[in-house]
Amino acid sequence: MAKHAALSEKFIADEPRTDWHDETLWFVRQKRDKAAHGLPGWEQLRELASQIKNHTLSNLEKYLRQFEQQAKANGITVHWAADGDEHNKIIHDIIRKHNIEKIVKSKSMLTEECHLNEYLLRQGIEVVDTDLGERIVQFRKEPPSHIVLPAIHLKKQDVSETFHKHLQTEKGNNDPQYLTEAARQHLRDKFIQSELAITGVNFAVAETGGFVVCTNEGNADMGAHTAAVHIACMGFEKIIPKAEHLAVFLRLLARSATGQAITTYSSHFLKARPGQEMHIVIVDNGRSKQLGRKDFRNSLKCIRCAACFNTCPVYRRSGGHSYHTAVAGPLGSIINPNMDMKANADLPFASTLCGSCSNVCPVKIDIHEQLWKWRQVIVAEGYVDTGKKTGMRGMAYILAKPGMYRFVGKMGRWVMRVFPFMINNKLNAWYKQREMPEAPKQSFRDWYQKNRGK
Amino acid sequence: MNAREKILNAIAANQPEAVPLPVIDKDTVISYNDVGMQFNTILESIGGKAVYIQDLQVLKESMNADKETGKFIVNTIKALGEVDEYVSSLSAAQLEKLEKAYIKGTVGVAENGAVWIYESQMLNRLVPFICQHLVLVIDKKDIVPTMHHAYEKIDTAQEGFGVFIAGPSKTADIEQSLVIGAHGARSATVYIIE
Repeated sequence: MAKHAALSEKFIADEPRTDWHDETLWFVRQKRDKAAHGLPGWEQLRELASQIKNHTLSNLEKYLRQFEQQAKANGITVHWAADGDEHNKIIHDIIRKHNIEKIVKSKSMLTEECHLNEYLLRQGIEVVDTDLGERIVQFRKEPPSHIVLPAIHLKKQDVSETFHKHLQTEKGNNDPQYLTEAARQHLRDKFIQSELAITGVNFAVAETGGFVVCTNEGNADMGAHTAAVHIACMGFEKIIPKAEHLAVFLRLLARSATGQAITTYSSHFLKARPGQEMHIVIVDNGRSKQLGRKDFRNSLKCIRCAACFNTCPVYRRSGGHSYHTAVAGPLGSIINPNMDMKANADLPFASTLCGSCSNVCPVKIDIHEQLWKWRQVIVAEGYVDTGKKTGMRGMAYILAKPGMYRFVGKMGRWVMRVFPFMINNKLNAWYKQREMPEAPKQSFRDWYQKNRGK
Repeated sequence: MNAREKILNAIAANQPEAVPLPVIDKDTVISYNDVGMQFNTILESIGGKAVYIQDLQVLKESMNADKETGKFIVNTIKALGEVDEYVSSLSAAQLEKLEKAYIKGTVGVAENGAVWIYESQMLNRLVPFICQHLVLVIDKKDIVPTMHHAYEKIDTAQEGFGVFIAGPSKTADIEQSLVIGAHGARSATVYIIE
């Protein structure tokens, strides 16, 4: 069975919990709707954002050079990493050079993609994730299940147990206020003592060489303004041309992600504070390859809001861990096959192609169309289950021969009526969660010929 | 060839045909009948507090009362009284007990309740984040409708750091329950001078 299907089967075995997960994510979608529908000009804003990103992708080399030049002029050291491994080594080198031990990291999906924490752990270096959701899953030794709401798959009780174990909070006290306060005190210590702060980058501005980091908690800033060294990690597609464009994206980002008009903090970094050392690591890790794929390059427009996750009926009912990658959901399904087609061949098939994702995407990525196109590529490369391949070939054969199709249909209807047990069993995947429909006595064609026909 | 050249070459080879940059027409963007009222409404809805004042007298008194309690208070606003310049050289450990900070903002954004603060207005980048309670002051005439208008009034390349702050710190990471005061300020009050 395909990976996503097998992992989802485990997830949905707990039906009440699946329903809860589904409702929770849909609730986030509804908050997004309220914000989007409440803003006149929302659709024009999406179109603007889409066009700005299209333009940027078509001039990416120029903007990246400009960004680097400006950032360097501001005293920032700019590094380039061809892949996740290089990215991790660059950061490791900086840590070694300064003999750093105390590291805090605010949310960066790029560092998850590069498996930075695991890499550093193997070198004996511990990184404290400071986004509350990320800290929770870090304690639990789990990956985040959502790129904006890392612990969305957990209930209060789960968090309470985890904090009781790691922070000695009261056993059984599930109050979110109480638990958050415990995390505040615990992480405040980590911030105060931090020697290195690693952050992500929401937007990098070519015009100025500056970048913006958006949080609700303030954790990125608590680390960045304390630590002697600040490393900001970004995929190269985070570039936007000018500071004025930040208005477009900041108006769209939080509304699409959580339904807020803006995150509490939108921090604009241009230079290191006096005495501090600032680094930016620009990462490729398959993005330049994606840029060359005409059908899929639009996936690079993504601003990581996760609106597509929240609306996706499959994601809502299977959870982020079923996607077995750093970035799950519909977005993950169109970017991960590019990085490793074999390992991620199942993902574009984890979809009903309903198109809801494309509908909510603030930068108008044609996600559902790309999901379909990836299927064609994956099958052409041969990365599809033999069972599915044979089944599709068989169907193609039958559907191409009208006589054969009519015969098979007739046999099928007869068997369903006379020997239902032959169809209603474990061998029929369709029967797993559904009842078979009642087999009609005649096909539509037969009825038509009898009642309307020649 | 190093990583930089490899990456830039790959991008140059793979990027699509150039398409033009769209023009942002500020006049088609939402406007409000009363930007002040919109700012208030939004700020209160996100857990912040908006207080209208005629002049700084009321705030001066409130700040002095705060200082009398012996708590660690920082003032960065010249018009309010003595500016605590010394904070610019304080470390995180030294600022940890910061109870309240009074900071002047440059611009207020009506659509989202955010206030822009330059580094020079906060004196130390950590101050607006590490304090337990944040007090921001803006002039009513500096409230603009949207982010587009805000970016016209500020220059993000003017100083090494700046931030839009909208209300107090918050999180909903625990089962989507909103909790105010995650790592940053537990409360944010914006005084608007008419």
